[in-house]
Amino acid sequence: MFLNQFLLFAAVLFCIGIYGVLARKNGVLVLMSIELILNSVNINLVAFGAYNQDLAGQVFALFIIAVAAAEVGVGLAIVLLIYRNRRSIDVAKANLLKG
Amino acid sequence: MFALLAAETAEAATHSSLYDNVWLVPGLPALSFLLILFFGKKLPFKGAEIGLAAVGAAFLYALITMFTWIGDVQDSAAHGDEEEHSLVVEGLSVGSPVTGSPITESPITESPITESTASVVLTAEDSHGPPRGAAIVNEVEWFSIGSASGEAAHSDDGAEDHDEEAADDGHGASEYGKYPISIGTLVDGQSVMMLFVVTLVSLLVHLYSTEYVKGDRRYTHYFAFLSLFTASMLFMVLSSSTLQLIVGWELVGVCSFALIGHWWEEKPNSDAALKAFLTNRVGDIGLLIGMSILYFAAGRTFSIPRINELAVSGAIDKNTLMIAGTCLMAAVMSKSGQFILHTWLPDAMAGPTPVSALIHAATMVVAGVYMIGRLYPVFYIGFGMDGGSLNLMAFLGGLTTVGGGLLAFVQRDVKKVLAYSTVSQLGYMVLALGVGAYTAGMFHLFTHAFFKACLFLGAGSLSHACHHSFDMKSDMGGLRKVMPVTFATFVIGTLALAGIPPLAGFWSKDEILAGAGVWPGTEGNGTFTIPFIFGIMTAALTAAYMTRVIWLVFFGEYRGHEHPHESPKIMTIPLVILATLAVSVGFLNMPSPFVKAIGLPEGWAHRFEDWVEPASVSTFPSIKHANPSLSLAIFASFCALGAAGAVWMYYKRLYAKDPMATEYTAETGSIMANVAPLAMAHKVLEEKYYLDHLYTDAIAGGTKGPLARFANWTNQNILDGVVNLVGLLSAALGKFVYQFIDQGVIDGSVNATGKSASGLGGILRGVQSGQIRQYASLMFGAAALMAAVLIFAV
Amino acid sequence: MQSFLDSWGITSMVFVPLLGAFIMMLIPEKEEELHKTIAFLATIVSAAIGILLLRNFDYDHTELFQFGVDRSWIDVINARYTVGLDGMSLPLVALTLLVTPLVIIYSWNHIPEPGNAKAFLMLILVLHTGMLGTFVARDLVLFFVFFEVVLLPMYFMIGVWGGEQRLYASIKFFLYTLFGSALMLVSFLALYKLTGAETFDIVRLSELVAEKGIPLSTQVLVFGGMFMGFGIKVPMFPFHTWLPDAHTQAPTQGSVILAAVLLKLGTYGFIRIALPILPAAAVEWAPWIGLLAVIGIIYGALGCLAQTDMKRLIAFSSVAHMGYVMLGIATLTDFGINAAIFGMVAHGLITGMLFFVAGSVKERYHTLEIARLGGLLVQAPKLGWILGITTMASLGLPGLAGFWGEFPVILASYDPAPGLSDTLFRVYMVIAAIGTVLAAGYLLWLLQRTAFGTPSEEFKNDPNIHDTVFTEWVAWVPMLILIVVLGFVPSLIFDVTDGPVQLISDMFVNGVDGSALGE
Repeated sequence: MFLNQFLLFAAVLFCIGIYGVLARKNGVLVLMSIELILNSVNINLVAFGAYNQDLAGQVFALFIIAVAAAEVGVGLAIVLLIYRNRRSIDVAKANLLKG
Repeated sequence: MFALLAAETAEAATHSSLYDNVWLVPGLPALSFLLILFFGKKLPFKGAEIGLAAVGAAFLYALITMFTWIGDVQDSAAHGDEEEHSLVVEGLSVGSPVTGSPITESPITESPITESTASVVLTAEDSHGPPRGAAIVNEVEWFSIGSASGEAAHSDDGAEDHDEEAADDGHGASEYGKYPISIGTLVDGQSVMMLFVVTLVSLLVHLYSTEYVKGDRRYTHYFAFLSLFTASMLFMVLSSSTLQLIVGWELVGVCSFALIGHWWEEKPNSDAALKAFLTNRVGDIGLLIGMSILYFAAGRTFSIPRINELAVSGAIDKNTLMIAGTCLMAAVMSKSGQFILHTWLPDAMAGPTPVSALIHAATMVVAGVYMIGRLYPVFYIGFGMDGGSLNLMAFLGGLTTVGGGLLAFVQRDVKKVLAYSTVSQLGYMVLALGVGAYTAGMFHLFTHAFFKACLFLGAGSLSHACHHSFDMKSDMGGLRKVMPVTFATFVIGTLALAGIPPLAGFWSKDEILAGAGVWPGTEGNGTFTIPFIFGIMTAALTAAYMTRVIWLVFFGEYRGHEHPHESPKIMTIPLVILATLAVSVGFLNMPSPFVKAIGLPEGWAHRFEDWVEPASVSTFPSIKHANPSLSLAIFASFCALGAAGAVWMYYKRLYAKDPMATEYTAETGSIMANVAPLAMAHKVLEEKYYLDHLYTDAIAGGTKGPLARFANWTNQNILDGVVNLVGLLSAALGKFVYQFIDQGVIDGSVNATGKSASGLGGILRGVQSGQIRQYASLMFGAAALMAAVLIFAV
Repeated sequence: MQSFLDSWGITSMVFVPLLGAFIMMLIPEKEEELHKTIAFLATIVSAAIGILLLRNFDYDHTELFQFGVDRSWIDVINARYTVGLDGMSLPLVALTLLVTPLVIIYSWNHIPEPGNAKAFLMLILVLHTGMLGTFVARDLVLFFVFFEVVLLPMYFMIGVWGGEQRLYASIKFFLYTLFGSALMLVSFLALYKLTGAETFDIVRLSELVAEKGIPLSTQVLVFGGMFMGFGIKVPMFPFHTWLPDAHTQAPTQGSVILAAVLLKLGTYGFIRIALPILPAAAVEWAPWIGLLAVIGIIYGALGCLAQTDMKRLIAFSSVAHMGYVMLGIATLTDFGINAAIFGMVAHGLITGMLFFVAGSVKERYHTLEIARLGGLLVQAPKLGWILGITTMASLGLPGLAGFWGEFPVILASYDPAPGLSDTLFRVYMVIAAIGTVLAAGYLLWLLQRTAFGTPSEEFKNDPNIHDTVFTEWVAWVPMLILIVVLGFVPSLIFDVTDGPVQLISDMFVNGVDGSALGE
């Protein structure tokens, strides 16, 4: 097993995800980037699970996939509402929480 | 009530129950206060009748008590075996081991009188010895605080000679011996004398007031407060403990406040009331501290007999007594109008005149003198009067007596003259006590109460006639024809006050002067030269200024615009009674040589002394009694008569020039201007060596003019100025403290804390931008940091 | 009956008002009369239970905790529900039981703006529970909880029903007190840890501290935390600045409760907790407490002299009066502490009464500016008389309650407990005595300006100015009677408090040897 490759791959995915979250203005793209981050974690979990001969990693990955689906559902709903109210899905303009 | 009183006097054996129930004397007026307050307005005489009845009953009780007391004293003096009755205490003292109270000391004995066959024949020597009536203390526990254990171990002020010196001081918590604080009555000569004075003057003032304040807007309240005052004063008089004394002391002060400010709609009246109360409070600092010192010095007790006993026995350090006495003198200065705290007393004349007679002449203002008498051993030993030559008390008294006398000269207002005269006479009493002449001081208190009350009520009668004015110069003059009764009584009061023999004031004044021990052959406690000189000066001054009053009010022409008339009977009767007393009470204390000389039985001599001066050597210092001196009496009387004559001549001449004039002016011309240089020799003889002029112009005029004016100016500007300045300064200081320190510094620092919190918030606020991405980056940054820490640090 | 009182007496007395508040919560806001009735009934029931307790109290053993209840509560930290009544708490409980119903009676037709009787009365009831609880609690955690329960209703009372600057005042009050409480809590926890994390019981802690030999320096620090907590509540100079603002802005009822009961929580804490548990530290702290107390006496008086507003003047006078109470405690003697308790009760009655009068004056004249008032005795003679009696009581006139909180303190300062400097305390005594003159000064000045003289043109013919009304009489007469009765029969309080006070003062009588605790 080459654990390193999986980990590197996951790290690359994670960085892409971070970049997406921090740099993109489009709400949908931000959500997708979050998905990338979650999936990079999934890869790590599965990789370690296989490496240690332990099913727990895969179980956790499945769990995360389920949660991620829910999260995307909620996230998209929010984006949709933002769009309805503001005619834009630019997250930089959604700053109602400004103190 | 009367039946009860009668029953009690019926039998000599019930004397003790008479003394036990003496609390009724203050109790009745106190009850009357409540009744008047709640029901007075609904009654036909608006509450005055309750006050009169209560004070009348109290007077009767006091009278009976007095006669019983006198009987007892003379009985016991006849037996002459009083040494063992040093102190008789009966009481319901509840409670466990009593420490520091005389109760444990002297076995409870019966009343000192066992047989009542007595003769009044006394020899002079006998009556100077100790055997006379013993103080009767009757107490109940008021409240109690404290455990006896342990405390005694660290009481460092001497007086450790308790019987039960806590033997086992291992641990304090186990024992609960309490220090009971009692309330009760102390009947002895001094208090009986005072009971009589207070109830009598109060009764007469009540009677007089029914007419004087008739139709007043607060008639009912007036009588309510008169009752309350009488009750408080009697409560104070009967105090058996210093704590009770303080309570009574302050209560009379508040009654005085309420009555001075009786017409509080006008600001000067309420100002005067405030001034009186506040000045008294200043003195009360001394009272509170002095009594606290005595409390601990006497081993945690407020009991007056116990404190006196320890002071006499020398158990209390002399220095402690001196400090306590000095503190207490501050209280005397304020309450009894001694320099420099006397300024409130003349202002207090803003109250109704009967109130001035009762409170600010006869009773309340002598509270200070009374307190000195109550704790006489403390002062006598503390100030070292035995063999002394000057002490704080004698000096203050002397200064006051002359200062007050001078000030009385320049007043236009007849009540103010009397007020300053009261200041002066109070100084006389304090002087007397200060030179160790206890009986003389008390006797002067006694006589002064009658003639001064008589004069004040006379002044009230005058103003009643002259449209409520007290101004001698503009509204009076020549009144002797229209107001014969007032005139006669006023003159008697004046003669008594001036110390003209044989009226009351003469006897008491003479005794004080002899007590100073300066005149050859008098041999008092020491040689008090300066107080003696002050005393002689005042004798002359008093006669002089009172002559001036008599002239301005009753002689010359009427200068007012009303039609004066004699006051109604209900006002003149008290005047007549008081005048009679002013003539007669002096004979109560004649010196024995005089008694011998006029052929009366020996028993007539110094009776007041026998009755009033405490017998017990254990609670009273062994003071020396000065010998009476005929030459001194003649000299002092001559001084007074001379001064009065000089003033009389002054006004007589003035009248001859201008009947309406009240003083020499440019128009009437000064007598000195008439001196023709050519007929000098002739003139000198004609004018009897100008002694008259010397008296009238130089001495009387000089005294009356610059000197008195200076004194008055000092009084009004410097002393009063200081009072006002202190007031202003403390207000300014208050303002400063409030605005700068309180609102600025302290509150500022509080607010600064808040501001710094909000400032920090302002900085942090930038972080909360509402930008999701910024939050996310912060979160990732923080996570990365945490990861780094986890990796590198752990 | 006796068994009920023994097991449930105190608990029911404390929580009946809270129950009343819950019932009121269920009733719509419109039913104002009903709300008033329920609130009144709740306090009356509580007072009735209180009276039963007072009647069955064993006055021969005032030093013991009676009607005690001890149940487990928060086992994790060994905090227990421990309550009891002894001679020290009894007068204060009685005071609270008296004042709150009177306040509710007064509220009958004096609900302050902006109305809403329901919320207002509920807050009073919650306050009532908190105050009673603080006085009966014997467990530090329980004490702390009740101590804090009091804070919130008062905050809302000032913040909602207060005057113009109510927000500022309420927040200041809240934060200031909370700050002190935080330090106090730290001290409580420190004590708990230092004594081996066994118990929060006050009596037990006191024994444990003595047994364990905690170093004196630590004790002094722990005492310092409590000092901050209690001292701010008292309030002691220089922590007093919340008080004038809170009093001035609070509605009349709030001021009365604040003055009558709330300020006593602090002084009560000193004698109930700080002194018995940490006697050695108390000896170290006493000179400083005494110093702050006498500064407070003079400072409060000077502050009063500068005021132009009647209510603010009365508020400032509290600083001076509580100075006497604290000086009494600082002497660490039986006389001083007894007088301090008397002073608390007397101050509660007298200052509470003064605030009532000020509230009624405000209602009639719509101003409390002293310069504009005057002639109260002409326009409302009875009100003027009541003001007169109360000011006389406040300046410590013998024969009225105030005297017994003042003179014995001065007396006690002459001879403080061993270990304290006689000279220093005698200086304090003189200053405190001078304070009585200043007190007379500002109070009589107030009386002269407001009650004496003739009414100003502005108010001469104002029909709104009437004499006392029925609810005012009902609310005031009991307090006035007590002021007079306690003045003449001080044993009513001294006899009750003396027992427990002896237990405290005995700790100091033979000298607490702090050096032995060195290490």
